[in-house]
Amino acid sequence: MTMDTARKYGATYALLFRNSLVRDMAFKANFILWIVTELLWFFGQIVFVDVMFRQTDRILDWTKWEVVLLIGTHQVISQLFQSFFYVNLANLPELVRTGKLDLMLLLPVDAQFSVSVRQFGLDNVVTGFVGAGIVAYSLHRLAVAPGIAQWMLYAFALLFGIAIHYAVMFVLATASFWIVRAQGLIYGYFNLVSLARYPEGIYRGAFRFVFLWILPVILVANVPARILVRPGESPWSGLLQLGGAAIFSLLLSRALWKFALRRYSSASS
Amino acid sequence: MGKYLAIFNLGLQNTVVYRWNFLFRAVSGLIPMIGGLYLWGALFHARGGVDIEGWDFSGMVRYFLYVMLAESLVTPVEDEWQIAGDIRDGRLSSFLIRPFDYMLYRLSLFGSGRLMYTAVAILPSALLLWIYRADLRVPHDAITWWLTAGSLVLAALLQFFVSYALAMIAFWLLEISTIVFIVYSFEYFLSGRIFPLDLLPPYVRQVTEWLPFTYELYFPVAIFMERVQGPALARGLVIQLLWVVVAFGGARLLWARGVRRYQAVGG
Repeated sequence: MTMDTARKYGATYALLFRNSLVRDMAFKANFILWIVTELLWFFGQIVFVDVMFRQTDRILDWTKWEVVLLIGTHQVISQLFQSFFYVNLANLPELVRTGKLDLMLLLPVDAQFSVSVRQFGLDNVVTGFVGAGIVAYSLHRLAVAPGIAQWMLYAFALLFGIAIHYAVMFVLATASFWIVRAQGLIYGYFNLVSLARYPEGIYRGAFRFVFLWILPVILVANVPARILVRPGESPWSGLLQLGGAAIFSLLLSRALWKFALRRYSSASS
Repeated sequence: MGKYLAIFNLGLQNTVVYRWNFLFRAVSGLIPMIGGLYLWGALFHARGGVDIEGWDFSGMVRYFLYVMLAESLVTPVEDEWQIAGDIRDGRLSSFLIRPFDYMLYRLSLFGSGRLMYTAVAILPSALLLWIYRADLRVPHDAITWWLTAGSLVLAALLQFFVSYALAMIAFWLLEISTIVFIVYSFEYFLSGRIFPLDLLPPYVRQVTEWLPFTYELYFPVAIFMERVQGPALARGLVIQLLWVVVAFGGARLLWARGVRRYQAVGG
């Protein structure tokens, strides 16, 4: 990418970003209600952890506050993904069904870019911060103070995690090129990523293999969480697997998109 | 009655279109359930197999399988969005002049939708039932079966009326999704979808027993598994029935007020 194209995409994104903020502020009550909704879901999960850890001190090698940190990390990743991409990808089936995608294909920017980033959700950033607060509080309860290097690796792992969320949702949304009523596929995203909230070691057998290697959602929150709570462990093998999975699934989603578009154009002409 | 049967039939035929959608939903719905079972498995392993207040791992497996089946039978999927859409987009006018009650019309469609969904969802569920067949156990008592069936019907009515009442908000607000999702979040955690409610600490249970959410899913499953018996069962059925009446009354009231407003705007 040359400097010029980078600047063009940057400027386009800045404009879209501004529009989204204006829209969010125009519907303030709705904005606040969404934050309430997200927080209810989040605290429900913490209650669930509490119910589990009433019965035991450890699940595998995870203590209660380590699992809370894992769920907080999952919250940060999924909320960041949702603020940047979720609404846009969830709308893709509708764009395909109504033919509005044609318009976006005519724009002088990459179509995957424009369908992915049209709208930005500020409410999810707020709830993402609450997740980050829970991570910080868990570290306090665990009396663990990660160093600067760990925090940087954690940030990288979060980015990889967001990339995997994006790829999973994008692939599901792209299925709308073949299936007319693809709204049901959107639920598939939430069902899949819900696996990321639990310690990786609990999964076994074929289930483990599928969601560790083929649809690698199990790693997404586990790798970053371990970086923070297990300072003694080497983070590299986990990061390498997560990074590899992120890059591979992004490339795969890109390839599927290109393939779907070829089909889409040929169908309408 | 005849015309609602006709609507029910029509609903069945229309939802056949969604069979792939239903199948995908049912299959992907198994993923978090299996994930949850792995977590419970790890928990029981950590306890060295010691059960928790009468729950062992096999009981937990049964619980989640029954919850899954009950959910496909009694939980509305798209009904509230369709009703709200009818109101928002003005399609309601064409229903108001027809010779049937809109609520009964939606109830017939809800019934046919649940029947069709269960028929499709039974395929992936059957696989799970077969995998965990050693853990399955059903009540011997015919009365338990009848009580479960009755409680399931009440649970379906309760969930339908709650959804219907929520959709009525569309008479006043354009966007009902936030309110619907707030209620969903309570339903998700307090109706027993992610853990059996008797694992809640006693002082929390004293509150949740009086809330409608317990009776939307958990209660019929608890009857079927014989976890609730005698006076507690009778009391639960009465509370469940009361909530059905309250939800019905609320839905009717909101409907009456909403339609008055709707006509005022249109006329």
